[in-house]
Amino acid sequence: MPIKSLDPRVTRENLSDQPNNVPIKDLSHWQTYEVFHQAKKGDRHIHVGSLHAPNPEMAVILAKEQFARRYKCVNLWVVKTSDVFITDYEDEDIFETNPGKIYREAGGYKVMDRINKFKLEKKES
Amino acid sequence: MSELSEIQITALKDLLYRMADDELILGHRNSEWTGLGPILEEDIAFSSMAQDKIGHAQALYEILHKLGEAEPDKIAFARNEKEFKCCHLTEMPIGEYDFSLMRHFLFDTAEALRFDMLAQSDYEPLSNVAKKFRGELKYHTMHADIWIDQLSHSSEEAKARMQTALNECLPLALGIFEPSEYENVLSESKIFEGEKTLQDKWTEAITSIIQKSGLNLPDIDSLKPSYGGRKGYHTEFLKPLLDEMTEVYSIDPNAEW
Repeated sequence: MPIKSLDPRVTRENLSDQPNNVPIKDLSHWQTYEVFHQAKKGDRHIHVGSLHAPNPEMAVILAKEQFARRYKCVNLWVVKTSDVFITDYEDEDIFETNPGKIYREAGGYKVMDRINKFKLEKKES
Repeated sequence: MSELSEIQITALKDLLYRMADDELILGHRNSEWTGLGPILEEDIAFSSMAQDKIGHAQALYEILHKLGEAEPDKIAFARNEKEFKCCHLTEMPIGEYDFSLMRHFLFDTAEALRFDMLAQSDYEPLSNVAKKFRGELKYHTMHADIWIDQLSHSSEEAKARMQTALNECLPLALGIFEPSEYENVLSESKIFEGEKTLQDKWTEAITSIIQKSGLNLPDIDSLKPSYGGRKGYHTEFLKPLLDEMTEVYSIDPNAEW
């Protein structure tokens, strides 16, 4: 029996309600690309996600609609996921003491006091 | 542009209906792929471009409305088949993805070139709309060109499918340029240079992409263009599409969604 759906597109497909499971062959999937989005010339590119594509040219074309459809964008980068060299989560301990090093945070600079004072004055005036 | 004469308005409306109906019907057709596209990423891209087409139709119906025609929604949903001026290419069912892609390539190439020409139009509301959508159409043709090129250079089956789709689509695509009785009025008033000029530009553009992709371009002059759509004579496929598209409107014209 073909599937009768409320969605006419599904009904038109004449799909059987007894699906036979077709195994997915190896390599029948495209590789993934990481996408980086730049909102303004000169801004840094920000990683926004990944997508499937057979090659970089197609990745750019598809990335435009996946990741640059709504907000302002002037430039896109795509990078093959397998080309990204990454640290191991096993080595996470190399970052362990970071939270303790507050003296390395920009907020620790003296100038912050002056900025806050200025902001406060501006608010009061 | 100074005050439009009666004949100029008639000519302009004819052009706008052709363009807008093409956009609406093909936008609807292409949206039938939503959720069924070959892969998720392409499904989203193709659906988004279908939505763009509905946006183009709306902008053009808006100009028609300002020229005294009905509200855009009413134009879209409350006309019968005979009143539509879309070409046969846009009405055809989506078929397999090769057909839909080839139609997308042939139609959007023509559309982008038409909007380029209209960006120079002396009729400002139209040149403004044409300029506004230029970037969008540039993406549509980039998308189409790369797909045609990639599939034609992949497997033998893909190449054969693309060739069949091209042979099938070409006579239909020639129907885009069905001459109008108002060609002279439009070109003399510098509203639009005419379908013949557009077809020449289009032939040049598609020839270059088709050659690059290694497909064979049939001799265009020997084909019989699928004319009639511009005069209200449609294929058997338009009526069922309209019935489906206007289903909600027919039940309740004031429904909001």
